[in-house]
Amino acid sequence: MPKRKDIETILVIGSGPIIIGQAAEFDYAGTQACVALREEGYRVILVNSNPATIMTDKEIADVVYIEPLTPDFISRIIRKEQPDALLPTLGGQVGLNMAVELDRLGILEENGVELLGTKLSSIKQAEDRDLFRQLMNQMDVPVPDSDIITTMNEAVTFKNRVGYPFIVRPAFTMGGTGGGICYNDEDLREIVANGLKYSPVSQCLVEKSIAGFKEVEYEVMRDSNNNAIVVCNMENIDPVGIHTGDSIVVAPTQTLTDKEHQMLRNVSLDVIRKLEIEGGCNVQLALDPHSFDYYIIEVNPRVSRSSALASKATGYPIAKLAAKIAIGLTLDEMINPITGTSYAAFEPALDYVVSKIPRFPFDKFEKGERKLGTQMKATGEVMAIGRTYEESLLKAIRSLEYGVHHLGLPNGDEFELDYINEMIQKQSDERLFYIGEALRRGVSMETIHEWTEIDMFFLRKFQHIIDIEHELKENPESMDHLKWAKTYGFSDRVIGHRWNMSEEDVFKLRKSEGLMPVYKMVDTCAAEFESATPYFYGTYEQENESIPSDREKIIVLGSGPIRIGQGVEFDYATVHAVWAIQEAGYEAIIINNNPETVSTDFSISDKLYFEPLTHEDVMNIIELEQPKGVVVQFGGQTAINLADHLERDGVKILGTSLDDLDRAEDRKRFEALLHEIDVPQPLGKTATNEQEALENATHIGYPVLVRPSYVLGGRAMEIVHDENELKNYMRDAVKASPEHPVLIDRYLTGKEIEVDAISDGVNVIIPGIMEHIERAGVHSGDSIAVYPPVTLTNNEIATLKEYTEKLALGLNTIGLINIQFVLSEGEVYVLEVNPRASRTVPFMSKITEIPMANLAMKAILGVDLGDTDYPLGLAPFKKGYHVKAPVFSFSKLKNVDITLGPEMKSTGEVMGKDLSLNKALYKGLVASGLEVKDHGTVLITVADKDKEDAVKLAHRLSQCGYRIMATKGTGKALAEYGIPYITVDKVSEGENSLLKNIQNGSVQIVINTMTKGKQVERDGFRIRRESVENGIPCLTSLDTARTLVEVIESMTFNMEKM
Amino acid sequence: MLKEKRYLVLEDGTVYEGYPFGANKTSEGELVFNTTMTGAQEVITDLSYTDQIITFTYPLIGNTGMNTEDNESLMAQARGVVVREASTGPSNFRTSETIDEFLKRHDIPGISGIDTRSITRKLRSGGVMKAIITDETYHEDLIELLQNSSFRTDQVKRVATKTPYISTGPGPRVVLIDYGKKENIVRHLNSFGCDVTVVPYDTTAKEIKQMRPDGVMLSNGPGDPANIPDQINTVKELLGIPLFGICMGHQVFGIACGAKTFKMKFGHRGSNHPVKNLATGKIEISSQNHGYSIDPDSLRGTGLEVTHIALNDNTVEGLRHTEYPAFSVQYHPEASSGPHDPEYLFKEFIDLMKQKEGNHA
Repeated sequence: MPKRKDIETILVIGSGPIIIGQAAEFDYAGTQACVALREEGYRVILVNSNPATIMTDKEIADVVYIEPLTPDFISRIIRKEQPDALLPTLGGQVGLNMAVELDRLGILEENGVELLGTKLSSIKQAEDRDLFRQLMNQMDVPVPDSDIITTMNEAVTFKNRVGYPFIVRPAFTMGGTGGGICYNDEDLREIVANGLKYSPVSQCLVEKSIAGFKEVEYEVMRDSNNNAIVVCNMENIDPVGIHTGDSIVVAPTQTLTDKEHQMLRNVSLDVIRKLEIEGGCNVQLALDPHSFDYYIIEVNPRVSRSSALASKATGYPIAKLAAKIAIGLTLDEMINPITGTSYAAFEPALDYVVSKIPRFPFDKFEKGERKLGTQMKATGEVMAIGRTYEESLLKAIRSLEYGVHHLGLPNGDEFELDYINEMIQKQSDERLFYIGEALRRGVSMETIHEWTEIDMFFLRKFQHIIDIEHELKENPESMDHLKWAKTYGFSDRVIGHRWNMSEEDVFKLRKSEGLMPVYKMVDTCAAEFESATPYFYGTYEQENESIPSDREKIIVLGSGPIRIGQGVEFDYATVHAVWAIQEAGYEAIIINNNPETVSTDFSISDKLYFEPLTHEDVMNIIELEQPKGVVVQFGGQTAINLADHLERDGVKILGTSLDDLDRAEDRKRFEALLHEIDVPQPLGKTATNEQEALENATHIGYPVLVRPSYVLGGRAMEIVHDENELKNYMRDAVKASPEHPVLIDRYLTGKEIEVDAISDGVNVIIPGIMEHIERAGVHSGDSIAVYPPVTLTNNEIATLKEYTEKLALGLNTIGLINIQFVLSEGEVYVLEVNPRASRTVPFMSKITEIPMANLAMKAILGVDLGDTDYPLGLAPFKKGYHVKAPVFSFSKLKNVDITLGPEMKSTGEVMGKDLSLNKALYKGLVASGLEVKDHGTVLITVADKDKEDAVKLAHRLSQCGYRIMATKGTGKALAEYGIPYITVDKVSEGENSLLKNIQNGSVQIVINTMTKGKQVERDGFRIRRESVENGIPCLTSLDTARTLVEVIESMTFNMEKM
Repeated sequence: MLKEKRYLVLEDGTVYEGYPFGANKTSEGELVFNTTMTGAQEVITDLSYTDQIITFTYPLIGNTGMNTEDNESLMAQARGVVVREASTGPSNFRTSETIDEFLKRHDIPGISGIDTRSITRKLRSGGVMKAIITDETYHEDLIELLQNSSFRTDQVKRVATKTPYISTGPGPRVVLIDYGKKENIVRHLNSFGCDVTVVPYDTTAKEIKQMRPDGVMLSNGPGDPANIPDQINTVKELLGIPLFGICMGHQVFGIACGAKTFKMKFGHRGSNHPVKNLATGKIEISSQNHGYSIDPDSLRGTGLEVTHIALNDNTVEGLRHTEYPAFSVQYHPEASSGPHDPEYLFKEFIDLMKQKEGNHA
């Protein structure tokens, strides 16, 4: 069927900020969709609240709005732009929910906006548990015994009928928020209550647990002519019971015969035909390992995380084709962009094995509950491709950047076997590695199978890896064994470890014997047809298909999996660097391992290597491609970490030199630089042991900021107020040593300022200055940032400009530089300098219209910034206000403390922009998920040092019409100022306790600041967690609270009695 | 670590070194590839692969082992199996033996550790070629032998049933002419209630008519239809009886009606091929394995019309006679391995038989 001619303008809704369960995959999907629609000649209007995305670039859509994703704001855009149609299925659950909501409110009808693709009635049928179950019953498709409940009593009735264990899945939530498996009465009470709370329709599916079944996914496409195909099927190594986003996944399925595969393929296609899906869709099934019995678990009637994975695993661009299906094209009309010759209506054939492993945030949240279940906890994922299963798995493991390089833990020898066995049975995120350790110690595969129900096929593969280790050990420097181990994905490092050789020596030995990897093409058709796709993976076989061109090449290292501290921003910078390289006439090559991202879309670069970002894997590619140089400054810490070793091996690192990077990181050298260029910094010292730390801190004066050297995202950084706290920190938090000293700085409670700049070594462009709402001490990634600065004087701005230029030039920066300053008592001090891409690059690029990553890359390639269209020095401030607000995923991470501090905790960000500061802040807060109301009840419990400030805020809130709730301590302070309040009892004190009030919904905002001391700390923690579990905003910085109060004031009419 | 070596020697002189599995013997055949990711057992036991060495493009073969239910013939006739890895630890609830044990039992050698993708790329551009699997380490003579040898042409005769037999059912009586059929054709016909008589490929039209069949089915089979010229006449004589041909049966039917075949540049060898049904405009994904195709230009005056085409290269995938109740497809509606999308064709065959009966009444 030809494409629709009766529509011209299409609105696409993005997925908003990165949170657990909704990550970079929707930037990839949304970008593909926008590009695809424009390719077909439509005018695309895009709305998303997340500035850190490629899809919100002006080049991607005709009109881009960065606005909060709420019906209120989107309906304004609809009224203003009058689009003909809305494409709802490419912006994740957020985009889809928004379309449902706009339809329910009648806004689509009012404005004559048609929904494209899958009909809303179908979406409801797929997403509403009850309707879905009815449909499945009608089709005779088995679903596990289940029921829809809307109250706790109904849950109990269900339990009495089917017994434990059973699963709770809240309706209309993403990543399984609030769900879980109930094994006993206590679980039932907690999980059901949570589920009902998190479901926007207060509805949960309770379902007999089929834990232990194989979990299999089918990624399917259907067009309006009822053609339907399976793009990819995938098998979760972890059986049913662990959320698929948290499962280790292999594609294609490995343990299904053709009979089982075709049975599940048929049912998947039947279901999407019955649902009349138009576009991409994900079907999750559970298969009994002992029979042909199966159940359908769920259907996602939209492009999803799994479809991004399936796209990268097969090369088949699901989102792009789904967008084209939505405007009426059919699968048999569209060319498969990979082969360029065959049609989209065919099912990819893989001739390799793909492994996906989730990336968890527990390196940041050590206290978080690590047991996996139906609630997704991973922030990102890695994918690896190999010609053996072992190869794909081991490549994926070393892509994770956990400090884990193999099937085991770095300190695996230290664990007692009992502990290892316990950890396997506990189903934690590290289970795979503990299984490796157990097998290494001779625990049988059968025993592990009994504990985990992981299919014997996979356990035999794990065992095979251990067997190869033993063989290596027994045959030192045997080339046959080296070759064998390489074909099964062993890294030089691991082989070297078994042979008591260094990684370098193994590499040299291998190279001298000509044992180098070849690169195979991902072509969707297992080489049956010719393709020209520049998408490759490495393996150890005969024929290399990646033939280097004779053009000059530049390799850009990507940023690996999305994690806290390294989000989609770095993928944004990577993609822009690639485009700049291409503009400059070079061949741009990307190495990356994250299947969710735009950078691993094969159409972005001239060549994509989907490989781990380790020294060995990168060097192998460099050996083949012989690039002019490698760019590391856009790929976050991942790429930076590789730079040193690459340079030692003779690779040219382009841009700011490693020596200058080191000058910014090395305490002593940095101090010398600051001294030389006359830029002040807070008094600070380093310490290599506890005694030294105590002496230095006394000299500097408390409070002090302590942290280990060389870190990202403020890991293990703390503000320490006295000697005791410092002792605890030195004993528990870090392992100080002469090589890795601890940094101790005076903690200045001033205003934090952040500046991004670009330099070519001679000229400096400063696109703008951002002022943080939260005082120094809250990680910059967790702070609300405002552009342009609102409270700085012209003199201060001039000083910031001067210091920025001095630092950029003093560090011989070629490319990007990010600087954090603190303004304390009228003085500007430099806190930290990072001569590389920062989190704020996309935010600032979009606001100031200065393409920072592009200019930086040009500077790296030798372009004189003075010759560009952009003014040198500090760019004039743009009109209006722009706010970057952090977004957290605390509700998905049990036991994690939400208090803001020097350790970064947010997973994503949003932007709010408007003509006035308060409006911009309002948008930022709303976009971040905070409901800003003009009345309600606010619970205030703060530390003594904060009481004075808190009282002022309470007064202002009270004036706005808020009721104040406080415990006796805080209440006393309120009473002194005559502020009316409601008394509540402390955490542990009965019916009218804080927690009860939070639980029963009588509180709308919580303001809580950290108090030191064991009991109060525990109480504070419980208050904060209880707020999170109940979906109530909890502000842990009075600066954030003050901003909220200002916004509330700005939207409230003043009411003074006459 | 595997230590013993085995070699795959190609007609063009290429030698691949790998590891042995399956039968320990030297074996020569036509080297072909298949891109299916599941169903290696069905492919290996498919008699269409008689005298062929099968390269699997999917690297891990035998993961689910072999079972007693999924065979497409009693005795596999392939000459060899080439894989990246042959699973030694299969896992599936129906597994009865490993692929190694299975191939040993069927006296077929296998070779693992091979860069099967490079073979596929070679075959894709150069067409099928002869190859030999051997444990010998000296290969010069073998290459010469390969270059000078020619293929046998008696595959159908060797693999088709020698005597007729019946697989009973309550419904229409179908005579299935066996050129090297897949068992799943019989299973499918039975599942629709058909009473199936499987007859040797050289059964005469007269003998078949004496069985008073409601329909005749022409099976798939190995080799070139030109190798069985007499059978083409048999089919010509059977026109008028409802008839359904698959794969080789399709080509025999086409030639019987006067059409010609030609050798394709790239054959179709996988279970992911889109076919367009010209009557409905719908796409079905099909299992395919053919290197020859009916020439559409030869259809003029034959009474045949094209019903299905391959979406990617527009080659003929289905035919129907405009006068006689007869149709055929180049691909495999019986699947196994492969998608079940074209299963409806069996239903159409049943309907055709019923219709004919209705006309008589």
